[in-house]
Amino acid sequence: MWRQHLAKPSLRLYQRQCALTSKAVRVHQLHSTSTGFTDRCYDDLYPGHIHTTPIQKALLAVGSGVAALQNPYRHDMVAVLGETTGHLALINLRDRMRNDPEGNAILTERPRIRLSTLDLSKMASLPDGSFGREYLRFLEDNHVTPDSRADVKFVDNEELAYIMQRYREVHDLLHTLLGMPTNMLGEVAVKWFEAAQTGLPMCALGAVLGPLRLNARRLQSLFTSLGPWALQNGRRSRCILSIFYERRWEQSVEDLRQELNIEPPPITLSATNKKSTKKYE
Amino acid sequence: MSASMRVLVRRATRLSDRNIQLSAAAARASARSSSCRCFSDAAEDRSTHFGFETVPETEKAKRVYKVFENVAQRYDIMNDAMSLGIHRVWKDMLLHAMHPQPGVRLLDVAGGTGDISFRFLEYVHSQQERQKRRAARSMQTPSWQDISNNYSTEDEDGPLESRAVVCDINKEMLKVGKQKADSMGISTGLSWVVGDAEELPFDDDQFDIYTIAFGIRNVTHIDQALQEALRVLKPGGRFMCLEFSKVTNPVLARLYDAYSFQMIPVLGEVIAGDWKSYQYLVESIRKFPDQEEFTEMIEDAGFYCVQHKNLTGGVVALHSGFKL
Repeated sequence: MWRQHLAKPSLRLYQRQCALTSKAVRVHQLHSTSTGFTDRCYDDLYPGHIHTTPIQKALLAVGSGVAALQNPYRHDMVAVLGETTGHLALINLRDRMRNDPEGNAILTERPRIRLSTLDLSKMASLPDGSFGREYLRFLEDNHVTPDSRADVKFVDNEELAYIMQRYREVHDLLHTLLGMPTNMLGEVAVKWFEAAQTGLPMCALGAVLGPLRLNARRLQSLFTSLGPWALQNGRRSRCILSIFYERRWEQSVEDLRQELNIEPPPITLSATNKKSTKKYE
Repeated sequence: MSASMRVLVRRATRLSDRNIQLSAAAARASARSSSCRCFSDAAEDRSTHFGFETVPETEKAKRVYKVFENVAQRYDIMNDAMSLGIHRVWKDMLLHAMHPQPGVRLLDVAGGTGDISFRFLEYVHSQQERQKRRAARSMQTPSWQDISNNYSTEDEDGPLESRAVVCDINKEMLKVGKQKADSMGISTGLSWVVGDAEELPFDDDQFDIYTIAFGIRNVTHIDQALQEALRVLKPGGRFMCLEFSKVTNPVLARLYDAYSFQMIPVLGEVIAGDWKSYQYLVESIRKFPDQEEFTEMIEDAGFYCVQHKNLTGGVVALHSGFKL
């Protein structure tokens, strides 16, 4: 009876034995009729990848949007919103990176910005005003670490997932480049820059809804000087994901800004000790 | 099929998740030898299901533990969100079927956050109130003799005190349950015990009622859990199990599947920040035996008068058996 079937491979073995015990047949049939999740594939495209159907992505987008609005400190929800809505923007970014030689190098080499990959002592020994030194200063002043970025889960393309991850890791570097601290106003300014640069819907949403939490004085500075500066520079800057930051720690911030076509910030915001600040006329 | 044959076939079905690669030539001989191996205690070889994944048996318990450790804080909110509050109705129906009287001892296995035990205590309390009111109504004009009798019977409330023991393998779930009990102000008649359903830390013949609500599908060896249930129940005691089961209606089954696989992991991600635990949850429901098969398993463990009742079209089944 069931002994003969032991010779066959295990999956069909399981199916045959189910056929014999009539109860188990219904279990198996229910698997087959369920929406394609019979053999739920564990062949993830990258570590942490979770397969999702379009319906699930839509539900996730809506759900994470609501959750993020209710509780802006739920960074995982902001991350999920970005992943589920950013498909077109990510493709656009990938094309821009491919057309840039340095961007192409990044796509091939796939560098990751983590505490384990950074040589902190070397960066601390760099002169003030250099990109590496200022980035380290930014991390210390704002008590942040590059390891706090959530992993990408819901992007169904390995390369696009990397680009999303790179975007998250570059966010802190952008703070340094733009001279913006991690308070609400600084974050909103960076979001405006990113929205203009990347076109990610999550950035756009953050850019629109972020100002709602600012007081009047900050709103004024946002709308009169910081905001227009961020938008203009976001549009005209070179693609920020195409820069191999890991090889540019020694470069001075000013130099890097010029190369990227970014003007220095018009206002100095607290929580950063920027020595190189020029008033924007 | 004879009972012994059924046991063999069932064991083979459960062990079938092993990857047995045998050549066709050696089929007969190796079949016999591997079947011998199946029934010997080669625990490291045995594998079981963890949702749709196949894992070694020793690993399943650990992974289940981790799942519930992660979801414990949001367990109740998620239950409400996933079932749209219907799980409360299911649990109330369990209590009504149980119809416990004051003075019984309940063991709530996999009781976690304590939903069944809280309902039990409330039910028994209201039963007690009803009894008191009935007694009061029946003696409208008490004589001095009756009044003095009343004084003496008041300390008999001691033996009539019902006790519920919540037993769970997961400390996080028990912690959440204890916090709930504190916030609800329930202190007497409730104890919290860490224990494994396959090896309960209780003596034989201790409890009047044994319940396990939405927990038995997470147990690695369901037959062992059933045997333990038989052991700790008093003769005449009742075994009751609420568990997700097979939906009989095909239309409802499709809707239920779609909802389970599309919606529930999303809810898990958005509310609890944990997709994979809720993916495991919906998969484990599909891997659990259906109503009739589970009834047979309960009978095999030695229970009598085993019945099952479908709730919500078979989404949940309530199984009941007696130790006689």
